[in-house]
Amino acid sequence: MSEHQKSSADLVRAAGAGETDRFADPGVPAHQNRMADTDPRAAKRAERQVVILFVLSIIGTIATIVVYFAIRPDGTTASVRNANLALGLTMFLSLMGIGLAAVHWAKTLMSDHERVEERHEQRSSDEMRAAAVTVLKDGADDSGIARRGVLKGAVVTAVGLFPLTIAVPLISSVGNDWDVSKFRHTMWTKGTRLATDPSGRPIKAADMTIGSVVHVIPDAPEEERRTHHWITEKAKSVVLLIRLDPADLQEAEDRKDWSYEGIVAYSKICTHVGCPVALYEQQTHHLLCPCHQSTFDVADGAKVVFGPAKRPLPQLPIAIDDEGYLVAQDDFNEPVGPSYWERLK
Amino acid sequence: MKALAARRHHRLMPVVLLLLALLVTGGVYAALAPAPASADTATTDDIENGAKLFQANCATCHGPDAEGRENAPSLIGVGAAAVNFQVGTGRMPMQSNGPQAIAKPRQLDAEETEQLAAYVASLGPGPSTPTAEQVDPELGDASNGSAVFRTNCAMCHNAVGAGGALSEGKFAPALWETTPTHIYEAMLTGPQSMPVFNDATLTPEEKRDVISYLVEQRDGSAGGLDLGGLGPVSEGLWVWIVGIGALIGCSVWIGAKSS
Repeated sequence: MSEHQKSSADLVRAAGAGETDRFADPGVPAHQNRMADTDPRAAKRAERQVVILFVLSIIGTIATIVVYFAIRPDGTTASVRNANLALGLTMFLSLMGIGLAAVHWAKTLMSDHERVEERHEQRSSDEMRAAAVTVLKDGADDSGIARRGVLKGAVVTAVGLFPLTIAVPLISSVGNDWDVSKFRHTMWTKGTRLATDPSGRPIKAADMTIGSVVHVIPDAPEEERRTHHWITEKAKSVVLLIRLDPADLQEAEDRKDWSYEGIVAYSKICTHVGCPVALYEQQTHHLLCPCHQSTFDVADGAKVVFGPAKRPLPQLPIAIDDEGYLVAQDDFNEPVGPSYWERLK
Repeated sequence: MKALAARRHHRLMPVVLLLLALLVTGGVYAALAPAPASADTATTDDIENGAKLFQANCATCHGPDAEGRENAPSLIGVGAAAVNFQVGTGRMPMQSNGPQAIAKPRQLDAEETEQLAAYVASLGPGPSTPTAEQVDPELGDASNGSAVFRTNCAMCHNAVGAGGALSEGKFAPALWETTPTHIYEAMLTGPQSMPVFNDATLTPEEKRDVISYLVEQRDGSAGGLDLGGLGPVSEGLWVWIVGIGALIGCSVWIGAKSS
């Protein structure tokens, strides 16, 4: 460690051949004393300020403990909010006081003289490098790895294989299984009743008035609906059921019998990146995806009228059973959700 | 008391007792019977006044017989609930064309609205206005209401009912100020862009649960400032401007030399 004036002189680079010494290293600027360095009254004032900040922290800590016992949440939203607010503010005071005091102390009262610490050369001496190489060579000779070929092969193989014990379970667990055919099918089968989400009541065609929208899940007993498997499968099976004025509905020839008196059912999973498409505008028959504003025209086969989605929403063909409940005729006409590498049937 | 006891074998005593019993039953019934829905109490006077109000305020767009025009739907069969919602929230009579009719100070008072509703309800059967009990948030189950709201409403109206944008200038309004009755009627009738949630697809109990959940959201957030409940938009603005601003301020202060 040395004073800065001395070290800065070492840093000035001498002009080499063909180079001009364009500017000299100005070095560290001259040290300026702070008010607290020269004026004892200023130092005393700074000390007092630091003490006040620490005292604020002490008050904050005591206040935290006081409000913890004094303001108990009694279950109402307002009481929980008040308790959190009081605790948060007093804890802020407690920690912020210490932080501000420490910084202010360091800035005003602790020494602020610039110091330069010389860095020693990083390269080891030639003798030390030669000695290190010798030690390594001696070790290799001593182990006999060059002579014993089988041993060499065994150690390389063992060390090389070991990472598999971590890699194989890790990679295998990521996908759980690689059965992509699961993406092609949902829980909907011929005759499955359409039920309301989340209450699970089956829906009759007569329940739907024009302009009605129902968020639909496949009908299942309540115990089954609580199982992990069902909840996972539900993610693919959600349907939006909409009743339009049949006069507004334009249907392709091959889909004429997929709707029932103006009631149509479409997958709720956006064909762009799989968000739930559910913002239905009754007057325009447009169905809007909240994520990227893809818009589908429900009156016209859920074709894309705006946004990044490329394909219409898959349609669920529906009919009614003997008791008047809406049922699925079959699974969706194509895999639901965004495109994936093997989505074609 | 003695005199009363002496007469209890009088031959007219059963008649007196019967009369007393009838009086008590009637009195108890009158005190406890549920108040009938307002739509049922509409008189012919109400309907006549309503017809006049309709001709003055609505017929220009909806037609003299409420049969509808090119840009205004037919009101036959929309019921008293639709009138009470549209007129009660000031959306109708509409003042100017735009992406959607917006709520404004109501143009017709409560009595006029009721008369107009009675007239429109007389044109064809439709949903009537709910009773006070049907929309009482105290009687609903806010937890179930939350589940119903998340599935059916939150995509447009935001998870706590703060509202949100639709396409081409339309929007789902915030529900902070909407009265429970108007929330119920909006679900029942599906005004403008909103779909219909009739009593078969969303039962009256579920509707009341939704109202209970929405009213509970008006207490604000337990975590402190909810910043309008708008999610990453307002929270991001707060963090980027105020939060990072404060961090930059601290860094500058720590780095600056003391005078």
